[in-house]
Amino acid sequence: MKFAKALSCATILAACTFGTASAADLTIGFSQIGSESGWRAAETTLTKQEAEKRGIDLKFADAQQKQENQIKALRSFIAQGVDAILIAPVVATGWDEVLTEAKDAEIPVILLDRTVDSKDDLYLTAVTSDLVHEGNVAGKWLVEATAGKPCNVVELQGTTGSSPAIDRKKGFEEALKGNDNLKIIRSQTGDFTRTKGKEVMESFLKAEDGGKNICALYAHNDDMAVGAIQAIKEAGLKPGADILVVSIDAVPDIFQAMAAGEANATVELTPNMAGPALDALDAFLKDGKAPPKWIQTESKLYTQADDPAKVYEEKKGLGY
Amino acid sequence: MDSAKRLGRRLLPQFIALALILALIWMVFPAFFSLEMQNGRLYGSLIDVLNRGAPVALLAVGMTVVIATKGIDLSVGAVMAICGAVAAASSVRGDPLVLTLALAIGTGLICGLWNGFLVAVLNIQPIIATLVLMVAGRGIAQLVTEGAILTFNDPGLIYIGSGSFAFLPMPVITWLVFGIAVAVLLRRTALGMLIEAIGINRRASTLSGIQTPVLLMAAYMLSGFCAALAGLIVTADIKGADANNAGLWLELDAILAVVVGGTSLLGGRFSIIASLVGAMIIQAINTGILLSGFPRNST
Repeated sequence: MKFAKALSCATILAACTFGTASAADLTIGFSQIGSESGWRAAETTLTKQEAEKRGIDLKFADAQQKQENQIKALRSFIAQGVDAILIAPVVATGWDEVLTEAKDAEIPVILLDRTVDSKDDLYLTAVTSDLVHEGNVAGKWLVEATAGKPCNVVELQGTTGSSPAIDRKKGFEEALKGNDNLKIIRSQTGDFTRTKGKEVMESFLKAEDGGKNICALYAHNDDMAVGAIQAIKEAGLKPGADILVVSIDAVPDIFQAMAAGEANATVELTPNMAGPALDALDAFLKDGKAPPKWIQTESKLYTQADDPAKVYEEKKGLGY
Repeated sequence: MDSAKRLGRRLLPQFIALALILALIWMVFPAFFSLEMQNGRLYGSLIDVLNRGAPVALLAVGMTVVIATKGIDLSVGAVMAICGAVAAASSVRGDPLVLTLALAIGTGLICGLWNGFLVAVLNIQPIIATLVLMVAGRGIAQLVTEGAILTFNDPGLIYIGSGSFAFLPMPVITWLVFGIAVAVLLRRTALGMLIEAIGINRRASTLSGIQTPVLLMAAYMLSGFCAALAGLIVTADIKGADANNAGLWLELDAILAVVVGGTSLLGGRFSIIASLVGAMIIQAINTGILLSGFPRNST
């Protein structure tokens, strides 16, 4: 009993010492969901890089897709008395208790790339991308690229019912509204994978007169576009010229396709969520200025004019 | 002649089902049967069915034999992912094509040997024994690819997925030749009968002198071999190893193909040709739905 008391005193003491540390040598805990996709691996790499750039001691915890692991990680960060916590929450619900604990310990929490259902005074801010806006940027590019010429569009959707699939479809359709020259003639799910993207595109091509009836492809992610590009090539058409290809995510492989002239445009879902998050945190710790509750990352459009070969080299090493 | 007639009668229900489905697709999409030459090979929806059905057809060959021994192999989808990852990693390293293929197929055989060892030697129920690799396999594949989609440019390896031979895509040739070869091997020798004997009564087969453990392990290794071939095809098809998604849930399609083919899940009598037709029935439905423009989630 005595030992436990002494231990808790020591922990509190340690927490106090950490709490008074200057902004330059911050200790920040980062609870990552896991590494289920290349994008997330890149997010981890970039978060580590951003922390190192700012001289921050980053404590990294991989939750392997489990919420209980994330809650455990958050509790251990709180016990260690870190200065702030970054978390990419695996699910939206069930965070109230642990976030309250963090609040009681006066540790600001920043959500990365996904949000939670808790009251917004439990966290400092959320840094995410706007999925509807991404679809919108892709749609606007196509509107400009076709410049009023009639154009039949086929769409490869993401996994049915997933929020990126719903929102990216919605944003794209909004951008096309009022442009009667653009028509979405076929739309099917390709499950966000290359294999399904290729298979579904093959059937689109067959169904639309060997592809002669299709003028553009919109894919909800780059992987499906990469698969579809192969299908277009095998059908004897030129992707990027005969059929315009626009997709979302900006993974390295699509830049290779763009460099080869086989894809036209991609909208970046930036894996650098930590950069804006740490900037906001810095301002908060220095001047006590609370950032807005939602920080939207930039959805940057890349086209063939943006030196795709160079971007590919930059992105290659990030672990995509 | 007599055996051909018997095979025909055995396959009649499957062929009727396939013909009905093809007719149905043809009504919704009249251009379904049109074929043309493109890039030196036949091109058309019918070829797509044969081509896209290749992974399930290959898996169904191994699955039929395993199910005939009263077993089941749930790990084939994950083994596909592992073998694809091994092939891609080897190709990226710059290994010659022969070594790449040998590594991938060797990996499939080792996975099959592991399953067979659990089932035949440790006497674990097949559904549990193969669940081990089904769950762990994707993790292993992720380790090999380091979590990314591993892309390669070796034209030899890509040829397996999207090349063509004798006017047909390579995957079609692969499953046709392989499926018929295995069927002939099992039916022209006593092997097929011995496998059926194990499926009907393993203990009695052992007592009557059949090398049950060896045959069981061979059956699971055949299934691993098939999974390796299927994994090579899907990997070569997209020029990259996608450890997360390659072969995902295909074990269920393969089991369905075997059941549609009329082989009993309780073991015993089996027909590989019928399973191949079963695989084509499944793929015809998939392709038909895509062509008709119905949303995929309605299946």
